[in-house]
Amino acid sequence: MDDPQYGWWLPPNVSVHGADIDAMIIWIHWFMLALFVGWGIFIAYCLVRFRQRPGHEAVYAPIEARFSKWLEIGVAVAETVILIAFAMPVWAKLKTEFPEPKDDPVVIRVVAEQFKWLFHYPGKDGKFGRAGSEFFSDDNPAGLDFDDEDGVDDITVRGLHIPVGRPVIVRLLSKDVIHSFKIPVMRVTQDVIPGMEIPVWFEATTTGRFQVGCAQLCGLGHYEMKAALVIETPEDFEKWLDEEHKALGLD
Amino acid sequence: MSEAHPELGFLRKYVFSTDHKMIGIQYGLTALVFLFIGFSLMMMMRWQLAYPGEAIPLVGGFLKNSWVDNGAMLPDFYNQLGAMHGTIMVFMGIVPLAVGAFGNYIVPLQIGAPDMAFPRLNMLSYQAFLIGGVIMLASFFMPGGAASSGWTSYPPLADIATTGQTYWLFGMIFLIASSLLGGINFIVTIVHLRAEGLTFFRLPFFVWSQLVTAFLLVLAFPALQAAAIFQLMDRLAGTSFFLPSGLVVGGEQIAAVGGGSPLLWQHLFWFLAHPEVYVLILPGMGIIAEVIANNTRKPLWGYRPMVYSLLFLGFMSFTVWAHHMYLTGMGTTMSTFFQATTMIISIPSVIILSCLVISLWGASIRFTVPMLFAIAFLPMFGIGGLTGLPLGLAAPDIFLHDTYYVIGHFHYVVAPGTIFAMFAGIYHWYPKVTGRSMNLRLGYAHFWLSLIFMNGIFMPMLFEGMAGVSRRMFDPTGYVHAQAAHTLTLVTSWSAWGLAVSQIPFIINFFWSMRKEERAEENPWQATTLEWATATPPPHGNFDAPPVVYSGPYEYSVPGAETDFSPQYVKQEG
Repeated sequence: MDDPQYGWWLPPNVSVHGADIDAMIIWIHWFMLALFVGWGIFIAYCLVRFRQRPGHEAVYAPIEARFSKWLEIGVAVAETVILIAFAMPVWAKLKTEFPEPKDDPVVIRVVAEQFKWLFHYPGKDGKFGRAGSEFFSDDNPAGLDFDDEDGVDDITVRGLHIPVGRPVIVRLLSKDVIHSFKIPVMRVTQDVIPGMEIPVWFEATTTGRFQVGCAQLCGLGHYEMKAALVIETPEDFEKWLDEEHKALGLD
Repeated sequence: MSEAHPELGFLRKYVFSTDHKMIGIQYGLTALVFLFIGFSLMMMMRWQLAYPGEAIPLVGGFLKNSWVDNGAMLPDFYNQLGAMHGTIMVFMGIVPLAVGAFGNYIVPLQIGAPDMAFPRLNMLSYQAFLIGGVIMLASFFMPGGAASSGWTSYPPLADIATTGQTYWLFGMIFLIASSLLGGINFIVTIVHLRAEGLTFFRLPFFVWSQLVTAFLLVLAFPALQAAAIFQLMDRLAGTSFFLPSGLVVGGEQIAAVGGGSPLLWQHLFWFLAHPEVYVLILPGMGIIAEVIANNTRKPLWGYRPMVYSLLFLGFMSFTVWAHHMYLTGMGTTMSTFFQATTMIISIPSVIILSCLVISLWGASIRFTVPMLFAIAFLPMFGIGGLTGLPLGLAAPDIFLHDTYYVIGHFHYVVAPGTIFAMFAGIYHWYPKVTGRSMNLRLGYAHFWLSLIFMNGIFMPMLFEGMAGVSRRMFDPTGYVHAQAAHTLTLVTSWSAWGLAVSQIPFIINFFWSMRKEERAEENPWQATTLEWATATPPPHGNFDAPPVVYSGPYEYSVPGAETDFSPQYVKQEG
């Protein structure tokens, strides 16, 4: 996407599951609009027809219950349908149907701290080096155990690069306080909670440059806690990995 | 029943009063001052959001060096303002006004009682509220400033934050104690002190709403009281209720035992805070019901379904709290449970609103100033409730969580919702408390300006949230999608300042009308409920003789009656 258009409504959607979420948002808003306009017309009608004026008196017990009972039942049925047919399946897919190795996902460990993001890739061997909070330091923002061989080729960068057409699994960790990993155009938001490692997955549909932000107040610099999101073709993504690999001084 | 007391000195009559009416006025005036302060904090924030980095006009020069840089707001001050705006409006503004002021003043009168069941406890509740409020405001002037971790105070951030957070916690302990004592008082009063003939289903809906609210306060607040004490201990006593092991802040491992859970705070906090939002709305709905019945000159439509819905709503409010936590890593089982309860709780809410709306049918509508606010409440609360729908479902919440959509949603419910109900109550009961009527033209101006500017503030927020702009951002314009929505921010900010100016006619009206010579008639709204049966203002002890109730609360336009209102304390012939 060369020049994404942002405005006063949903931003462009560049993720596979985003279409489901957008559909729910839009359908629910039509439902909300219908209820609001219906009630609004009824209220306006009453205000005119039943305004106090000479010769017009209130009726002690004016109408029977029927129409409002059907309204209530209708609302309850609509909500049940939205919940069971749409909301629950979409959530279940995102939470339980994670990509499997056969889907060739890109797995990235993401470390959040006040006030920056760090993206940790496993490198050419496909294995993450051991990491833990006891290793965090200014020189070692990813908390890598430098004694572990698997970690020698790990790539740690400040921008998130992902390929189109392959699912991405992000494993979120926080060093200090609660942050939240948010990419509006991917329709992804996931709280990052210290003491927990929380996975989230998504798949991009088109290339482009976007932004990753923090969506949970994390202190003074919360508003600046951004990172670039670069969605590339699979070839460009491999080229980028190669360049990072070379920059480590390996090969 | 109005006992002959020796004349009380100034302190006993006005400062250390145990009379529910004086305490109600104390709560009311204090809460209105706190609301004004909370609103002022937001007006400064709105400048920073609309014109990031520019010096704040008028007041910028007077603010401390730690708050502003050459008059332009600093991020720390912004975060303090944000946390305190929410805290002050919810705990020091709306609840004391809705429950402490209106509840205290009106409930004993409406049930025909001489006072609350525990008058001295009542006084203590007000004092605890005042102390808590003072601690909260004082925190701005302490080293490190006020609390700045949101009104939600999530650890670990709140655990490691500056001293202001400790003040917040102590302030909350007093504020919560005040509500707990008050809640017990209301429950015992309503259950035990009703006049003869005043059965439960003859109670004004306002009293029902206060009864359910009192139960919510008593049952929900203890969770937050405990959590506040846990967080105090994390900050002061070396515990780690909410601190997991291995935290590294600013490059260094923090000195803490570890092993705690940040999610524990969230569960305890929201266990209170969800019922708390019903505490914020129910008294307002009660006031709207009174004003609508009175100004439609007919009984409320669906009084019984409304009461049952109120009870069901109160119960359900304890079962939905984790819909504030959908994005904490929740799986399918928990989210299904909380989505289901959240959908279910919308039903009684819709029933109550529908009954109020249908009450307009077949009416004879008087467009008094309180009625204007009550009519506007209906669509405004409607928008607030409806925008809860995409938030209450977990999948759309993935996108909308912690965006301006959420801010728009809950403000529609509390601002043109509850605050409009508070205004309706003030205009409606002002003659009862002061014996004077408020000025009509100032009232109309206040209403129309407030309605326009309220929508000018909060409607753009719904769009801004839909555009993906996150909340609690000192300067969101670093995000591309937020730059595109900046016009919406300008509309919101200018509307906020417009709303402030729109309160001037109200403030003038409020203080000036009290000093008018001309007294209002005894029951100027021709109302049917018990508070209008006594003198204006009511004397100590309220009623000359214990009133007796003969009928329901809204016997307006009874067929065959001489006038269009039959007070429930007057025996009707035939």
